[in-house]
Amino acid sequence: MTELIIKNGFVYDPLNRIDGEKMDISIRDGKIVESVKEKANGINASGMVVMPGGVDIHTHIAGGEVNSGRLLRPEDHVKDVEVKTALTRSGVGYSIPSTFTTGYRYSKMGYTTLMNPSMAPLEARHTHEELADIPMVDKAAYPLLGDWWFSLEHIRDGLIEENAAHIAWMLQATRGYAIKIVNPGGLEAWGFGRNVHSLDDVVPHFNITPREIIRGLCKVNRLLNLPHTIHVHTNNLGKPGNYVTAIETMKCVEDLAQGDKPVIHITHIQFCAFKGSDWSTLSSGAGEISKYVNNHNHVTLDMGQVIFSNTTTMTADGPFQYGLYNITGNKWVNHDVETETSGGIVPFKYKRSSAVHATQWSIGLEIALLIEDPWKILMTTDHPNGGPFTSYPKILAWLMSRAAREITLSKINKRARKKSLLPSIDRELSLYELAIVTRAGQAKALGLKPKGHLGVGADADVAIYNIDPQRLDISKEYKVARKAFKKAAFTIKDGEVVVKDGEIVKPVTGKTYWIDVSTSMPHEINDDIKKKFREYWTVEYENYPLPDSFIHSSFPIPVKAEV
Amino acid sequence: MIILDPKRAFRFPIEAKNISPDIFAKKSSKEIAALQMWEGNRKGALGDLFNIKNDSGSPSEEFTIKIEGDASKLRNIGARMSMGHIVVDGDAGMHLGEDMSGGTITVAGNAGSWAGSKMKGGTIEIKGNAGDYIGAPYRGSTKGMNGGKIIIHGNAGYEVGCFMRNGLIQILGDVGLFAGIHMSNGTIFVQGNSEGRAGAQMINGKIVICGHTPVMPTFTIDSIKPKVKVDGEKIEGPFYRFIGDLADNGNGKLFVSKTKNPHLSPYEKYLE
Repeated sequence: MTELIIKNGFVYDPLNRIDGEKMDISIRDGKIVESVKEKANGINASGMVVMPGGVDIHTHIAGGEVNSGRLLRPEDHVKDVEVKTALTRSGVGYSIPSTFTTGYRYSKMGYTTLMNPSMAPLEARHTHEELADIPMVDKAAYPLLGDWWFSLEHIRDGLIEENAAHIAWMLQATRGYAIKIVNPGGLEAWGFGRNVHSLDDVVPHFNITPREIIRGLCKVNRLLNLPHTIHVHTNNLGKPGNYVTAIETMKCVEDLAQGDKPVIHITHIQFCAFKGSDWSTLSSGAGEISKYVNNHNHVTLDMGQVIFSNTTTMTADGPFQYGLYNITGNKWVNHDVETETSGGIVPFKYKRSSAVHATQWSIGLEIALLIEDPWKILMTTDHPNGGPFTSYPKILAWLMSRAAREITLSKINKRARKKSLLPSIDRELSLYELAIVTRAGQAKALGLKPKGHLGVGADADVAIYNIDPQRLDISKEYKVARKAFKKAAFTIKDGEVVVKDGEIVKPVTGKTYWIDVSTSMPHEINDDIKKKFREYWTVEYENYPLPDSFIHSSFPIPVKAEV
Repeated sequence: MIILDPKRAFRFPIEAKNISPDIFAKKSSKEIAALQMWEGNRKGALGDLFNIKNDSGSPSEEFTIKIEGDASKLRNIGARMSMGHIVVDGDAGMHLGEDMSGGTITVAGNAGSWAGSKMKGGTIEIKGNAGDYIGAPYRGSTKGMNGGKIIIHGNAGYEVGCFMRNGLIQILGDVGLFAGIHMSNGTIFVQGNSEGRAGAQMINGKIVICGHTPVMPTFTIDSIKPKVKVDGEKIEGPFYRFIGDLADNGNGKLFVSKTKNPHLSPYEKYLE
């Protein structure tokens, strides 16, 4: 029985409505408890901020496309090398760090839970092998199911309940956490060199529209009682004028919401908030999107903030990446995952001097600041698409300080600066709100009950930062706060101190979460499914699901479905 | 002048980026001897590997480092140097003068691959042969040689001047496949033969081949020139002047000796 007590810290625990209260946090056997014995090991956190461990709802850290990205970019690694120490393994950064380095760097910033958002079902084995090699954090992956043939057929034929049973099987087969939808219909079309351009375009050979796919899977998600909503990367991503598509996507499931519970998560919203008819007239659609989100409760978003850096873009959205390749003329990878999905990788440099890139930078922050309720907009960079996750402290500084925004604003492209809405926004996020956008809100959107808070029974994942809220005005001294968020004073994972003063002091392995849905309706393995696997997949149906032995530190979350 | 005399024949690669006039100039002999060197997976000091002699020449002489004997296991000699001279008596290892911006390096023997990789200025002269990727960027990068001069008296290997952006590479001997691949500017001057595919995917710049060479089908003949200018000097021809690589919409100039390449004479009919 190991006990630990964090004393006298200023606790920010938004899920339990604790806003900077000076209190002790007691930990026993990896869980938060009411109290511990006097002689328990203590951490003196006086003059420091105590928050739940960070949660990242959307970060590409493992899997086929991440690894292809690593192979594509030796010049990205050579500039950022981590040397082996007595405790940690060697590795490389920068935009696509190697597995161990990914875990270490997240942990140093106080993060304890990561969600890998795009796992081609066929590459689930690869993804889980890499996840197993990412230390220090708990993790999960979302299988890409928006262009899954059986779903398209079921939804077209109105067989929502049958599809729910099938998706339950898929989540089990791939050890997935949520339903990920990328450019619904577009990826299937990309198999034939085409794309879909609106919610009502017909997907070739399937006679179904993106709208029907999103609505169908949203209904499936509800029938299965999955903790997270559908996780959607919209159609027309990265195209001027696409904010209309983003709003239509949110609208199309409006009627499926029950009460205030969200039913859709639109990811990296910055990339789908472009206004204008072409790149030269590009402006921000942040106003329209935030207005919609402020008036509706069925949606959560994450930022997909752009950082001015040399990064590597990677999505399952093959046609989008092809467009990006055409713009940059850079080397690229086009990946076709058999019948299931696609993928693309293009190295990309976001420049301050570019009107488009600077506008993108502005859009991300505008949305985050214009949406009044921080529970609806979560902080991400869509790592590594907008920039590497190691830049998170920079984003926090922009969110907490108008002065920090103004300094960057003064350095960006003139045309972009003129169009930017940022000068009209005074809002500065408090530590309480920052705790929401980096952990509490993320855990709530994910439905991850033991994460994102410090109430009794929660996992003892804690981040302690060297910020004294009574002495430090974070909006003025954002540089101090930024530094503190870069190197956590302590990171505690499952009740153990794993990081001290921004350095790893104890390497640990994390759990892999997946959703184990029990359905009363059996998943029918008919001959048609078997025949399709035999004819169109390289893997037979029998060999398709991952065996239990394959997942290291497997942690299924049982869920009872309505079908 | 500092003279480095190897204490023994080296068996493992040595990380020698500390052997640079910029680093030596600010240090006493004692400090030089203490400079860190990796030999294989072992960390050591420069003084463990070399006898260091300080032969102070005339004070006007620029700072010079001389390596006596075989330096073929030494990698990154003169990396990032900006001034002074390095003289290697024998062979030099890989990555010679990587990222250098000034000064000169002279090698009496052969040099390994990646000599002058990412270099921006200065001169590298290799009296023997050189390996592959001379003046190339780091793997995966598109930022190749951007200035300076590399002169190779012997032969050079594959992909010489890969992604070259400026400067001059002169090869007195023969060159392997893909000389000037991806180059966007600068000059590659080959006085011997080329194995072929010179200028593949070149966007701009100039390649001159005085010996025999095949020419890629994605190059189109433009004219016959009696002579061609290289680094201010006029080279007597005549030369076929090709434009390419058209597969990449390139406008690079490939000059190929007419007399040494009779197999290219059918191209002449397109000039009428």
